[in-house]
Amino acid sequence: MSSFSVTEPSKRSKWFAGSLVILYALITMIPLAWIMLTGFKSPADAISYPPKVFFEPTLEGYVNLFTTRTRQTDEFLAANPPETWYEEIVRQYDMVIAGPSKFGERFLNSVIIGFGSTFLSIFLGTLAAYAFSRFKIPLADDLLFFILSTRMMPPIAVAIPIFLMYRQLGLSDTHLGMILLYTAVNISLAVWLLKGFIDEIPREYEEAALIDGYTRFQAFYKVVLPQAATGIASTAIFCLIFAWNEYAFAVLLTSGTAQTAPPFIPTIIGVGGLDWPAVAAGATIFLLPVMIFTVALRKHLLRGITFGAVRK
Amino acid sequence: MAQIIIKNVRKEFGDFTAVKESSFTIEDGEFFMLLGPSGCGKTTTLRMIAGLELPTSGEIYLDGEEISQKPPGQRDIAFVFQMFALYPHMNVRKNLSYPLVSQGMARRDVKAKVAEVAGILGIESILNKPVGGLSGGDRQRVALGRAIVRDPKAFMMDEPLGALDAEFREHMSEELRALHDRMGATTVYVTHDQLEAMQMGDKIVVMNNAVVEQFGTPQEIYDKPATMFVADFIGSPSMNFLRFDGAVAEGAQTVDMHGQTMGVPRQMEGTTGKLVFGVRPEHVTLSDSGSYRGEVLATEYLGTTQIITLDTPNGELKARVPAGQVATVGEKVGLGFKPEAVTLFDETSGRALRSELNSEVLSHG
Repeated sequence: MSSFSVTEPSKRSKWFAGSLVILYALITMIPLAWIMLTGFKSPADAISYPPKVFFEPTLEGYVNLFTTRTRQTDEFLAANPPETWYEEIVRQYDMVIAGPSKFGERFLNSVIIGFGSTFLSIFLGTLAAYAFSRFKIPLADDLLFFILSTRMMPPIAVAIPIFLMYRQLGLSDTHLGMILLYTAVNISLAVWLLKGFIDEIPREYEEAALIDGYTRFQAFYKVVLPQAATGIASTAIFCLIFAWNEYAFAVLLTSGTAQTAPPFIPTIIGVGGLDWPAVAAGATIFLLPVMIFTVALRKHLLRGITFGAVRK
Repeated sequence: MAQIIIKNVRKEFGDFTAVKESSFTIEDGEFFMLLGPSGCGKTTTLRMIAGLELPTSGEIYLDGEEISQKPPGQRDIAFVFQMFALYPHMNVRKNLSYPLVSQGMARRDVKAKVAEVAGILGIESILNKPVGGLSGGDRQRVALGRAIVRDPKAFMMDEPLGALDAEFREHMSEELRALHDRMGATTVYVTHDQLEAMQMGDKIVVMNNAVVEQFGTPQEIYDKPATMFVADFIGSPSMNFLRFDGAVAEGAQTVDMHGQTMGVPRQMEGTTGKLVFGVRPEHVTLSDSGSYRGEVLATEYLGTTQIITLDTPNGELKARVPAGQVATVGEKVGLGFKPEAVTLFDETSGRALRSELNSEVLSHG
C-alpha cells in the first residue's frame, strides 16, 4: 500500500468500478446489438428458434426496407435476368423490384423535423435564456416557472386538443406543424438549461465588448455565443433525441407527407408478412444520425453535464 | 486625453441607492483614485463614467461633452476589469485587435497598432498564444493592451491589480504608473486598498455609503481628513481618536480634555458636546515629562520604527516611535502630541471642525 492516497481510488475499487461499467454496458447494448444483427439476417434466420447468434449475413433486410417488390410470372422472370446484386436477392423469392419504398422519404422527414425543431428550440431558447440571464424582466421568476410548467404533464396529455387545433389550422401532417410542436415541447428544457450556462458566463466579457464599440447584439453573438457553445451543444443533443424518437404525436398527427420514421418503421410489418430483418434494418439506420450527432458532440455533452459543478 | 466632470450624479437600483449626489472633477492627465470599502459606490461611479450603468440623475462631462446617457461604445473610454475579461476564445493578438476592428480600421493599420502596443507592454512573444494559458501578469498586460490600443480619451480601471498576488502587485502597480506617466492619459482607478491609492494616485476621492467623503491629493487626505471615516480608513495604523465631552471656542488654540490642556491648530469654528481629538500615530511622542499619561499595552517592531499601543483615559492609542526608543509593557509613560497636526472632530456628525490646518481643504471638499 505504498501508493495509498485518500483521493485516488485503490486498484481494487478501480477494477470493481470498471467491471460494473462493462456489465452495465453489456446489458444495455445487447438489445441494440441484437437489432443490428437481425438487420443482416434472412427472414428465416430471424425467426428461428433457438435464436441464431451465428448466421450467414445477407443484405435482404436492407433491400426489403428500401424497395417494394412484386411477384412475377415465370416467363417474365426468365425473360428479364437480374441486373444488379439487389435484384438477385429479391429474385430468390421469385419477385422483382417494383420501385423504392417510402422509407427514404420518411427518414428525410425525420431529419427535417428533428433538426428543424432542434434548431428552432436552440435559437429561441438561447435568446430567451440570454434575456432572462442578463436583463431585468418584470416577473422573471414567474415567467421562468410558467415556462417550466409546460413540462409538468406528459405532452401526450394534450394530444386531443392539439389534434383538433392542428386540423383547424391546417397543420396536420405538415413539416411546419411537427417542427412547431416539438419546439413547443423542447423550448422549456432549452431555456432552463441554457440560462444556467449563460449565467455562468461573466458579464464582463460582454461589457468589455460594449466598451470596445460593439452593440449589445454583436456582443451577444461574438462573445457570449462562442462561450456558450458547450451548453448549446449539450442542449441540442437533448432536444434532438426527444424530437427524433418521438412516436405518439407522430402517429397521431402525421400519416403521409410529414410522417417521420418512428411511425413508419412498424408499418413494414404486414406488407410482406413479419419482415423482422427489414424492421431491424430500419431501426439501425434510424439510430445512426443521433448516434453520430451525440458522438460528435460527446465532449461538450460530458462537460455540459458537469458544467458549473466546480468553480474554476 | 480629457477632463472628466462628475456633477450631482446619483444612481439607484430599485430601492437601493448606490451613489448619492456626487460631484468631483478629474483633470486632464490625472491618475485619479476612487477609494472606499466594498459596497461604497466606487465601482458604480466608475461604471457610470464608462457607460455600463446609466445614472439615475446628474451629468457626466467628458472633454466638455455631456455623455451620461450615451452607450459605452460611443464614449471613447477604455475599461480594465478586475478579472481582465479577455475574450477567452481568442488569442492575444485577436484580443488586442478586437477594439480596432470594431472601428473599421484597415487590417494593416490594426496589425501595426497591435505590434506597437505589444512593444510598449513587452508582450510581443505571446501574441499568438491563447489567453487561457497566460500567467496573471501577462493577462494583466494584455488587458491593459486592449485598453490602450485604441488611444481612448480616458481609462477606467476596476481594481485591476486585485486578481494578482501580493508580490506581483507591487511590480505591476509600478508598471501601471509608469505607463500612465508615459501616455499622460486621464485614468480613473478604483481600489479599496488605501496604500495603493496613496502610492499611485495624483488625486483621491474617498467614498463611503454612497457618499463622497473627501476629494483631494493623497497628502491632503492623509494630513487633513474631512471626516472621521477618512481619518480612520487612510493610514496604517489609522488615526487615533481620543473621545471626550467638552467645548471648543472659535479662535482657540487649546482644548480642555478631562482637565488636560491639549494644543490644537487655531480653530475656525466652535462647538460643544461629544468631541474627538484625532492624531496620527507618528505625531505622538513618548516623554517622561508629559502630564497626559498612558500605559503601554503592546509593542510591534517594524524595523526603523515601532508601533506602541497604549491605554489612555480616552481609549486606546497607537504611537509610531523610533525603533530604538525603549518601551516596556505595563510601564506608564507621558504622551506628547504635535499640536499643529491635530484634527478635532464632532463625533455626532463625524465631521472635522475647521481649523487653520484644514480650512483650505474643507472649503472645497
